[in-house]
Amino acid sequence: MHDGAMKYIDEFRDGELARRLARTIAAEADPAREYRLMEFCGGHTHAIYRYGVQDLMPANLRFVHGPGCPVCVLPISRIDQAIAMAVEHGVTLCTYGDLMRVPASERMSLLKSKAGGADIRMIYSTQDALAIARAKAGRQVVLFAIGFETTTPPTAVALKVARAEGLGNFSVFCNHVLTPPALKTILSSAGPDGVQLDGILGPSHVSTIIGSRPYDFVPAAFGKPVVIAGFEPLDVMQSTLMLIRQINQRCCSVENQYTRAVTRDGNRKAQALMAEVFAPRDSFEWRGLGHLPHSALRIADAYADLDAELRFPVVPGQGKEIKGCECPSVLRGVMEPTDCKLFGTVCTPENPMGACMVSSEGACAAYWSYGRFRKPKPAAEAAVA
Amino acid sequence: MGAPDRSRPRYAGQLDLRHGAVDMSHGSGGRAMAQLIDELFRRHLGNALLAQGNDQALFRPPAGRLAVSTDGHVISPLFFPGGDIGCLAVHGTINDVVMCGAQPLYLAAGFILEEGLPLAELARIVESMAAACNDARVPVITGDTKVVERGKGDGCFITTTGVGVVADGIDISGDRARPGDAILVSGSIGDHGVAILSQRENLGFETEIRSDTAALHDLVAAMIEAVPEIHCLRDPTRGGLASTLNELAQQSGVGMQIREQAIPVRPEVAAACELLGLDPLNVANEGKLIAICPAKHAQRLLAVMRAHPKARDAAIIGEVFEDPLHFVQMETAFGGNRIVDWLAGEQLPRIC
Repeated sequence: MHDGAMKYIDEFRDGELARRLARTIAAEADPAREYRLMEFCGGHTHAIYRYGVQDLMPANLRFVHGPGCPVCVLPISRIDQAIAMAVEHGVTLCTYGDLMRVPASERMSLLKSKAGGADIRMIYSTQDALAIARAKAGRQVVLFAIGFETTTPPTAVALKVARAEGLGNFSVFCNHVLTPPALKTILSSAGPDGVQLDGILGPSHVSTIIGSRPYDFVPAAFGKPVVIAGFEPLDVMQSTLMLIRQINQRCCSVENQYTRAVTRDGNRKAQALMAEVFAPRDSFEWRGLGHLPHSALRIADAYADLDAELRFPVVPGQGKEIKGCECPSVLRGVMEPTDCKLFGTVCTPENPMGACMVSSEGACAAYWSYGRFRKPKPAAEAAVA
Repeated sequence: MGAPDRSRPRYAGQLDLRHGAVDMSHGSGGRAMAQLIDELFRRHLGNALLAQGNDQALFRPPAGRLAVSTDGHVISPLFFPGGDIGCLAVHGTINDVVMCGAQPLYLAAGFILEEGLPLAELARIVESMAAACNDARVPVITGDTKVVERGKGDGCFITTTGVGVVADGIDISGDRARPGDAILVSGSIGDHGVAILSQRENLGFETEIRSDTAALHDLVAAMIEAVPEIHCLRDPTRGGLASTLNELAQQSGVGMQIREQAIPVRPEVAAACELLGLDPLNVANEGKLIAICPAKHAQRLLAVMRAHPKARDAAIIGEVFEDPLHFVQMETAFGGNRIVDWLAGEQLPRIC
């Protein structure tokens, strides 16, 4: 992009700095061992592939993709439930774009339901859903809310605004999930049969909300280092170097590379807002990880009148996985996208069988779109050039 | 139309272009339709062939091979920074015709109007079409108008068909890219898509970016005159540069390697894409082309393009190589390498 700099962005994508960092990483990585680093977030997965970060890494360093893709971990049954709300209750369902193409049971999807006549709208923010509700006083409007701690505060604000304005036709189908329980599940299953990990690249945006403190259990209980990493490719590389240094020194602690946005305690105001509007669920199903205790949020009793699950009850679906789809294993980091028999044969971004192929943050989509074929590049050239 | 046409009926009053709206009678085949055609379409688009007044236009084809292309335009909104559906319907079809090296001759236009469309808006659209035709020196020589009930259309859809002629000796086709060829683009990418996005009511961001909508036949003529050996030309509209390069790679059975740093992208477009999570490589253009030619002619072609007002920012962005898998790859500004894939799904509906 030669037409001028994009202020505050290009600084984090500087090729010269990247090559310097790559040289340092190559020099400090111990050739006698392997480094298996899990990037928890799909945002990191995307950055690694989009900018070709893996090309700049030594051959003995591997990024293992984590479950931090909100679209990917949403169980099929919840999409079935959303479709049922739109079809059986005739509500206007507002959803983020990525969810539209996620396969539901019986080869359905929100996109197909929309084509079949259901009123399903693609929105860019919770404010769009509120605007639709205001404009359509006679219709019930449901916000299909998903995501980790990052997207939870905006949903909380939407609920508070709806309450304040007395928007009787607005409600929220809440699917917000929590990062630490998922991380704990991954680490608990690590071992000879599960995923093998040497360190964790911690979430960026999630950590701006929750802070770095909630990750303390990772070194304490599992003896693994965590580096909270920004989403820009240089952030990923610098955090990788910080992890390598911890691993080499056989120490483990929570370090924060993303200091320009993340503090130890996070955003207290957002946390208070979440605590007011949401309450923890006893258990919630995660695609690939199963039912995890205290891993998700429901709408708090004080706001129960705005809870779409209560307002539009539907019979919970089976949530049938497509046969052969290995999304669950990919999400746990135990399989690479290419290990799945469906990858690139019947499952592509045009015709996704599993959610990991839909979202740009999904490991399969990132791998397919940016990395399914690389020109063989000598490792030495890649690392030292 | 010029002087009053006595073969046409006289109407009780003139079309109310200030407050009037399209109604079902404007598509009925009766007097109201005739009046709409006379006072709007003929008045602005008039030319000798259209004035024949028959259900078809008759002309003698010139020597050479004829090139024909058709394109439906359903863009929303109808008016956007830098253009509207009227001029877009002219530019889009002319560009499709000329990407084989043709000189465009004529256009045919089919209008599908929705009941309730303000006549003032229709007049703006037709005037804009007429201006685009005049600038391009390519007249609309036959047309059709239909009206659908309110709610069954979205204001106005326009289908245009273009016909052009290709001189003998010119052989430009999507299957002719060869290993070693250079890949050029005529200017900054993504302007049209971002301009349209900025107008969508649910996005609410403001930008100075204007659509690049433009007819490229003069540019193409200059390019062919300088480098008759051009192998491929294509305009990267829907799906953007990424999809168009993939189409050409597939069609020619080759691979491509491009360099991110060589691709012109305006900072405003890059910033908007960053904000919206889009890749400029996937965003639509309406006044840009991709050219592929033997490497030894690339500098000459680049010089000719840069000397033309519609390709001042032209750049050589990569080269064709042999690859049985027909991948398009890109060296990122960051120093890594990645695939540039087709656009999956629908990034932005109703972009043209």
